[in-house]
Amino acid sequence: MNHFELFGLPVNFELDSASLATTYRDLQRTLHPDNFASSSERERLLSVQKSSQVNDAYSILKSPIQRAEYILAICHEDIRGEQKTLQDPMFLMQQMEQHERLEDIAHAVDPEQEIADFDDELTLSIKQYLQEFNELVNIEHYNDAANVVRKLKFVYKLQTQLSTLEDSLLDY
Amino acid sequence: MALLQIAEPGQSAAPHEHKLAVGIDLGTTNSLVASVRSGSAITLVNNAGHDILPSVVRYTADAIIVGDLAAEQAVTDPENTISSVKRLMGKAFTDIDAARIPNVLIESASGQPLIKTVAGELNPVQVSAEILKTLAARATESLAGELNGVVITVPAYFDDAQRQGTKDAANIAGLNVLRLLNEPTAAAIAYGLDAGQEGVIAVYDLGGGTFDISILRLNKGVFEVLATGGDSALGGDDFDHLVADWISAEAGLVGEQPLAMQRLLLNQAKQAKQALTDIDSVDITLSLDAVDWQGSLSRVTFEALIQPLVKRTLLACRRSLKDAEISKEDVLEVVMVGGSTRVPLVREKVGEFFAQQPLTSINPDKVVAVGAAIQADVLVGNKPDSELLLLDVTPLSLGLETMGNLVEKVIPRNTTIPVARAQEFTTFKDGQTAMTIHVLQGERELVTDCRSLARFSLTGIPPMAAGAAHIRVTFQVDADGLLSVSAMEKSSGVSASIQVKPSYGLSDDEVANMLKDSMTYAKEDVTARMLAEQQLEADRVMESLIVALQQDGKALLSDAEQSVIENAIQALYKIRQGDDRDAIEKEIETVDKLTQDFAARRMDASIRKALQGQSVDKV
Repeated sequence: MNHFELFGLPVNFELDSASLATTYRDLQRTLHPDNFASSSERERLLSVQKSSQVNDAYSILKSPIQRAEYILAICHEDIRGEQKTLQDPMFLMQQMEQHERLEDIAHAVDPEQEIADFDDELTLSIKQYLQEFNELVNIEHYNDAANVVRKLKFVYKLQTQLSTLEDSLLDY
Repeated sequence: MALLQIAEPGQSAAPHEHKLAVGIDLGTTNSLVASVRSGSAITLVNNAGHDILPSVVRYTADAIIVGDLAAEQAVTDPENTISSVKRLMGKAFTDIDAARIPNVLIESASGQPLIKTVAGELNPVQVSAEILKTLAARATESLAGELNGVVITVPAYFDDAQRQGTKDAANIAGLNVLRLLNEPTAAAIAYGLDAGQEGVIAVYDLGGGTFDISILRLNKGVFEVLATGGDSALGGDDFDHLVADWISAEAGLVGEQPLAMQRLLLNQAKQAKQALTDIDSVDITLSLDAVDWQGSLSRVTFEALIQPLVKRTLLACRRSLKDAEISKEDVLEVVMVGGSTRVPLVREKVGEFFAQQPLTSINPDKVVAVGAAIQADVLVGNKPDSELLLLDVTPLSLGLETMGNLVEKVIPRNTTIPVARAQEFTTFKDGQTAMTIHVLQGERELVTDCRSLARFSLTGIPPMAAGAAHIRVTFQVDADGLLSVSAMEKSSGVSASIQVKPSYGLSDDEVANMLKDSMTYAKEDVTARMLAEQQLEADRVMESLIVALQQDGKALLSDAEQSVIENAIQALYKIRQGDDRDAIEKEIETVDKLTQDFAARRMDASIRKALQGQSVDKV
């Protein structure tokens, strides 16, 4: 049973996250080990297994990037943990520029504003890539869709680095 | 018909029978026990009418004293009186700042701290077990019956070793642990159920020795922890130490002080801290042997002393909000828990940080025990229609050592539990037949910066070329937050697994021996106890099967299958009446094998049912 089936959903990138959360709660209400605190050892073990499976599926389905990778793994090839580099000079050039921008923030006059602006831009480009991925997957252009996911990973990583930088600059 | 015979009165417990369950807040400074009585959770009191039990244990040559009396004797008999033992739980000797502990500590052969007393060298787990026993005895007396189960609270930020230590202490105290519950989650239950709220809440829990922050989402009785953070070694005790250091400096004391003076300093510091909650300046007297000093501490000075620690807690709040992907504005309420949240500076800074007035309506000392009692009542089965469900997370990342002294994370922090995750590794030498698996907990990248939980070996891998073997290591964290790890080589099926026994924890044998010792002390019969436990498990098996058959027997089983299970229950029932523990255990295994398939079918059926309910909702 794949993660979509476990949640009674078709394999589809677009999903309603509110109803996903409701299904998740309904499943855990039945399967969570706390429902089996006074049951036999066997039932407790089974419930830990099933409940873990539901948690795992939910964490993948609710995260757009993980959901995208998961769809590729089901329909095409598993690119999680791959070492392959992206062959897209334009994109790589853009990445280098963005890394330079990240390094310059610490010396900026108003780093907080710089960080906020940069973060907004990254969020926007994530949104665009996700939309592009959805379109490509719907017409089964999996190789192109996989390349979009590879780009997305770069952007997510940059966003994490930005937030680490923000932590180090703040007074707290 | 078969079912009626089994449910004879007073034998196997009928499903609707009210069971006795309590929630225990095993705190650094104070401990409490609470239970749900006639629908509401209340803390249970001792003969003197006190519900708070100071977490202080004094050992004499022939007696163990727990609570108020022990606390009073701390200054006169500092060596044999142990307080704040929770701070030592699950720690290595080398983790501990011995100068901060007013007792004589020695290192055990396995690197654990032991406390030297007239009653021998004691492990922190044993000392905690004494506190649990005292509370359990109070509950047994107050509720007039044996306890079916307990929920014990732990700081959300407790690591695997500290959780395991707490569970071991409960075992030594002879308690059936229904669940280890995170303290902030317990507090959220106490508040949330009262208010019936929906939305995101933050629980700021600053106790005697630990600090936790949890961000939860409440929705129709489901408490989903989104993120948790904190510091398992930061609390009101640290405020006391800072004040004690200040007094010590003002009084001109130099060098290491005798144990009695250390204890007096801490007592005076604590009193001063508490007084400063209501007044702006407090007079302090320090008089012992040749020392005679008087002075006063202003709130301003006190706040300057503790400011860096309060700031550290806010840093953790910030990080947790980030992990939860929640902004401050989305936080509906901030709940304050733990005695140290009485300090005005703490309230002020937390209020400033979240830009709202924190909630303090439930006594911060009692709120955790109250929440634990509500959860215990549900878990033991007294409220079959309860909507309450807790979805907790791992506070710290779990990982494995890889090449180059690096840690590869297998389960990141703030992952909802229970969880199972697997990672694949391979051999790096030709003909390699064994692999050492080193399990670590923590956020840092280097092995030396993380907490070592366990090491074990997978041996008997068939010799292959380097990189050809596929070794799959699986981490399973249960609902209590306890980890077990297994490893398997895929082509040969060679496997190894362990229940992670933390490097600084107790071995199963050690726990068994302590259990035996503690029983000899209480003059209880070990065999009788073990038989009773096995009978209880048999009852649990029968009871859950009877309920299962009533609910799903017709739908999921053929007549033949149903009668096989009924006969198995009958057989178990007969043997359970006897006093042969091994025979009962064997029969439970038989029943288990016969019903394995039924249990799996039920689980799948309930998934289908949950999904159906969902699609009906949508329509």
